[in-house]
Amino acid sequence: MNIISSSNVTKRFGGLEAIRNLDVEISEASITSVIGPNGAGKTTFFNCITGYYKPEFGNILFLEKEITGLPPHRIAEEGISRTYQNIRLFNSLTVIENILAGEHTKLHCSFADSLIASKRYRMEETESIKRAKEILSFVGLSGCGDQLACNLAYGAQRRLEIARAIANSPKVLLLDEPTAGMNPSETVEMIKLIRRLRDKLNITIILIEHDIKLVMEISEKIIVLDFGSKIAEGKPLEIQNDPTVIEAYLGKKNSLYQ
Amino acid sequence: MKEFASKLFNKLDQRIIRYVLPSLISIVILSIPLINSPQKNLWVRIIGYAGLYIILGLGLLVHVGLAGMFDLGFAAFYAIGAYTYAFLASPHFNIHLPFLLVLVLAGSFAAIVGLLICIPVLKLRGDYLGIVTLGFGEIVRMLLMNLTNITNGSQGIFKLDKPSILVMTFTSGTFFYYFIFILVALLLFLLNRVINSRTGRAWLAMREDEDVAQMSGINTSKYKLLAFALGAFIGGMGGAIFASWQGSIFPDNFNMNVSINILCVIILGGLGNQFGVILGAMALIALPDILRGFSDYRMIIFGLLLIIMMILQPQGFLPRKAPELENKVLKQGKKKKEVQS
Repeated sequence: MNIISSSNVTKRFGGLEAIRNLDVEISEASITSVIGPNGAGKTTFFNCITGYYKPEFGNILFLEKEITGLPPHRIAEEGISRTYQNIRLFNSLTVIENILAGEHTKLHCSFADSLIASKRYRMEETESIKRAKEILSFVGLSGCGDQLACNLAYGAQRRLEIARAIANSPKVLLLDEPTAGMNPSETVEMIKLIRRLRDKLNITIILIEHDIKLVMEISEKIIVLDFGSKIAEGKPLEIQNDPTVIEAYLGKKNSLYQ
Repeated sequence: MKEFASKLFNKLDQRIIRYVLPSLISIVILSIPLINSPQKNLWVRIIGYAGLYIILGLGLLVHVGLAGMFDLGFAAFYAIGAYTYAFLASPHFNIHLPFLLVLVLAGSFAAIVGLLICIPVLKLRGDYLGIVTLGFGEIVRMLLMNLTNITNGSQGIFKLDKPSILVMTFTSGTFFYYFIFILVALLLFLLNRVINSRTGRAWLAMREDEDVAQMSGINTSKYKLLAFALGAFIGGMGGAIFASWQGSIFPDNFNMNVSINILCVIILGGLGNQFGVILGAMALIALPDILRGFSDYRMIIFGLLLIIMMILQPQGFLPRKAPELENKVLKQGKKKKEVQS
């Protein structure tokens, strides 16, 4: 079953068509990569799914339900979470507080509940802290829960972003360049984490990535964008040998040398 | 052994900060009106006035420190609360409602106005919101000045009712002094709960990064409205207390300087820390009066102190201290431990 399917999605910024007539289908519990040169519209596509941008045309279905045009917090409530290309944590909150803020849609206690410290408030606080600790150990950050998010090392901050994103038990997780700026060993750890997210928590993963080696290793399906359009789609091996993809990345064979 | 000693000391240290220091401060505050000295009334007035600014500071803290909504017109809510008191408890319209009821009404009315002003500016951020609220504050003051047949203009409203609770009527400054500090304690207690809840974390997340907060599932419009209404409610209550204490009010009691002063109180005290507001108000509101002995030079001394303070400790006296949650013994776990031992 397709968990996300977009048809004919177009997003314009003035005269520039950042994405044009994009049809994408993502099947449940898969790992899909979106690749393409800089400015191809990958992040714009993510922003359209999460409701940060409203596409001019087309619609996006999540579990056969239309989500185009919904405000971002409603889409997050439906079960789509994301991370960001430049790490965007709640810097002056602690690691655990970041995760607790991410759990927002899972909790229900209201302002009035917290004023009178109702039973629901007390129970939810205990429960949510417990769950936050579990998530911490899942992403391998146990022990730094009380540090400020901005004091974490770079790789740990990337992990924390994922931790915050999975805190509301999403069905789909959009990862925007999860290994950007990481060294090879951190990248290996990140690949393991992404696999565990899918295998253990059954989360559908869509990731944008420039590290082709990682993409080939991890993805079950690859979507290639260039100038806002989809130019290829398929299994890693098919993409590797696709002439249009090679052209988009490396250019046409230069006639001078022929 | 050494480790044990340092651990014990550490624990004691935390206890001093958590319990001993606050109780010492509250004992000092509570005992000031009991001192039998000719200057008693002056001290009650100075410290009580600082206490009023703690209330106002806590209101503004909800706007600026928690929800991250830059508010330069907080005096407007203060004014609305004060004038609500003047309308509902004075010979002006010949309405005399009981004190506590008017207090709540003043807060509620300020909160409603806060909601109305917040709705059109939900999309504005940072400085732009500051400019709108600055304008709002001035508009309210101008209205109070010029709607002469309702507000009596710059002549002000006199002879406001003295507060009466049940059958007792209070006239002395000491009543206001204790009333203000009881309210401060109550507000601190409740705010502390709210900050460490789902609501408070939603506010803090919004302050840190509004887009990310929204994409994490936080309905930012709803939480902005809630924060604005709550802050305005607290400000309105402060206004009502001020009006009944002073006994008469004028539009000029609510000029822009008041907004700026309250903002300075929370920035000096530490943005995002409700206890910092106490220190900020004492330093900013009480200190200039205490320094009155230096007469002409007091504003210079005061300004210098502020500059030195901001250089040495730019995040304020008490920056927000995040709760330590990872090693916190959760309630269920604690019980088990007791059984084992």
